[in-house]
Amino acid sequence: KARVPVSIEVVPFETYMCEAPSTTVVTNRAEMLGYYEQMYTMRRMELGADALYKSKHIRGFCHLYDGQEAVCVGMEAALTWKDSIITAYRDHCYQLSRGDTPATIFAELMGRATGCAKGKGGSMHMYMAKNNFFGGNGIVGAQQPLGAGLAFAHLYRGDGGVAFALYGDGAANQGQLFEGMNMAALWKLPIVFVCENNQYGMGTAKARSSANTDYYKRGVYIAGLKVDGMSVLAVRQAVAFAADRCRAGNGPFVLEMDTYRYHGHSMSDPGVTYRDREEVSGVRRARDPVEGLKNLLLKHNLATPEEIKALETRTRKEMDVAVEAAKKDPAPPLSELYKDVYCRQSPDMFIRGADLASSHGSVDWAPGS
Amino acid sequence: TTMTVRDALNSAIDDEMARDGDVFILGEEVAQYQGAYKITKGLWEKYGDKRVIDTPITEAGFAGIAIGAAFHKLRPICEFMTFNFSMQAIDHILNSAGKMYYMSGGQFKVPIVFRGPNGAAAGVAAQHSQCFAAWFGHCPGLKVVAPYSAEDARGLLKAAIRDDNPVVFLENEMLYGMEFPISADVLDKDFMLPIGKAKIEREGTDVTIVSYSRGVHKALEAAEELAAQGVSCEVINLRTIRPLDRGTIVKSIMKTNRVVTVEEGWPQSGIGAEIGAVVYESEAFDYLDAPLERVTGADVPMPYAENLETLALPQKSNIISAVQRVCYRK
Repeated sequence: KARVPVSIEVVPFETYMCEAPSTTVVTNRAEMLGYYEQMYTMRRMELGADALYKSKHIRGFCHLYDGQEAVCVGMEAALTWKDSIITAYRDHCYQLSRGDTPATIFAELMGRATGCAKGKGGSMHMYMAKNNFFGGNGIVGAQQPLGAGLAFAHLYRGDGGVAFALYGDGAANQGQLFEGMNMAALWKLPIVFVCENNQYGMGTAKARSSANTDYYKRGVYIAGLKVDGMSVLAVRQAVAFAADRCRAGNGPFVLEMDTYRYHGHSMSDPGVTYRDREEVSGVRRARDPVEGLKNLLLKHNLATPEEIKALETRTRKEMDVAVEAAKKDPAPPLSELYKDVYCRQSPDMFIRGADLASSHGSVDWAPGS
Repeated sequence: TTMTVRDALNSAIDDEMARDGDVFILGEEVAQYQGAYKITKGLWEKYGDKRVIDTPITEAGFAGIAIGAAFHKLRPICEFMTFNFSMQAIDHILNSAGKMYYMSGGQFKVPIVFRGPNGAAAGVAAQHSQCFAAWFGHCPGLKVVAPYSAEDARGLLKAAIRDDNPVVFLENEMLYGMEFPISADVLDKDFMLPIGKAKIEREGTDVTIVSYSRGVHKALEAAEELAAQGVSCEVINLRTIRPLDRGTIVKSIMKTNRVVTVEEGWPQSGIGAEIGAVVYESEAFDYLDAPLERVTGADVPMPYAENLETLALPQKSNIISAVQRVCYRK
């Protein structure tokens, strides 16, 4: 029963210099329940991070992904971990989708030794090297040429991998994107530039930042699709289509994911001065990706309300357990400050501390008297 | 036998590309044009389009692509036509390459070399005449190398390419054509010099002159003339700006009790200023018989007119008079 094919219609794609993928997506109960579990987990994980931030367990910047879950889950559904992903600072859910656990992610958010970057990265710098997730970048616009470099390596090795570089509608205006697109097109790099258009770059609405808000057309000489980024199935369909084109040697592709973030830009932004509450609640009512998927599960008789309820209860409990576990984890040892500045760093390499007396390592000269 | 710095660099890249198929070079005009300064001459014919890659004039973009490829375990050599243009890409060099290993908790190595001519050439005015040793030397996570001789260039570039860390490799256009004697072992396929170790180019007893890159050449010329005046100079060629070989500097000063630094970069927060801090923070301070003197580029943008350009750069005469002052001979 779990594998019986089910056909579901998605919203048509808008195309630029290419044909459209089919709007009929074939899936099954097992896949759909899996997507729901992942998306619900992400939603709860980000709400958990929200609570931890408000209780001052998380410091600094913290950018949450709730509202955009269908993009991450739909993308991963079409890929394997041989393909590479790089994103910006809204990265917690990609870390999860690339095989990390909520406990490790919470630990990183709280700066614990057990975090995915040993507590030294924080919210914006999460990585999963073994599964080809390259972070987690705090500089808006840097990740697009870096992603093209990942694609360069796939092509150089001929390993069949495709790179996905994610950026928001804000980062879509960085000059580096166009530099990366130009070289990707010249060199036929297997890269998909994925614009997660959540309508605002920080507090600036897209029409106030972008002379052309059709982000899927902004590769100019690169084909693109605009995708309903609130539909996990539409995203999956579009990503599979784009990845196939790249694997066939056609060079880069652009995907615009039409999506929305419920939280402000970061935890310091209540998100109400540049948009009104009605807009946010309107999206929640009409387009919420998690609710939308739940409705599809019920409508196509792929799950019962009781099953979904049980899944949600279980996930919430798992998230609570992960939060409590991470809270108990230790802070990094102070010696960690001086580790990993360089790779193959000798254990006694001299690294100056905040004052000379607190420096690390040894020297063959004596400090001044 | 002798070798130019240009041939030393070219042969180092050639050796390492032959040795490791993951090494490739990209940059403006590195392939068909044979390199703006001919450092990559002949490599395109030998290794082809896949490994010798002409880029468009987009430093931020191609530096980013090179670093992304290094994240994925390739070993790029990213040539900047000159380091003046690396400012377009300095965010990537520092934030994407220099910090990646640390902020990923040791998950990602970034084995990349950024190289090209650095510092003032001749008659190219303000925007094309600048030393970036202090800029890059400021940043933990980067290694910064500045060769002087052909031996330095060959041994350090081969070491930089084999290093798993990002290395900023600062060459100097004025040294490219200069011939240096080399010994047979320098030509060995596995000849490398250790990054992080300075070289005493000339031993002496009265004063230590610390410099790097083209400054070493001027320091050696000054030392020769000073020897005729009865002043024995010890000349240290730093070779590496970061990690800085403090030990060699400190020990030399403890021997000579006097120190002059020489660099073409600007004085404020420069390499000489850093060496001053090393002296004050080490036992060398107690051995000083005179305050440290810095010889640096003048604190102005580089002018075009030849007489002004000469005045803006440290000359042999500046070094000689600084040495005479710290030796109380003037």
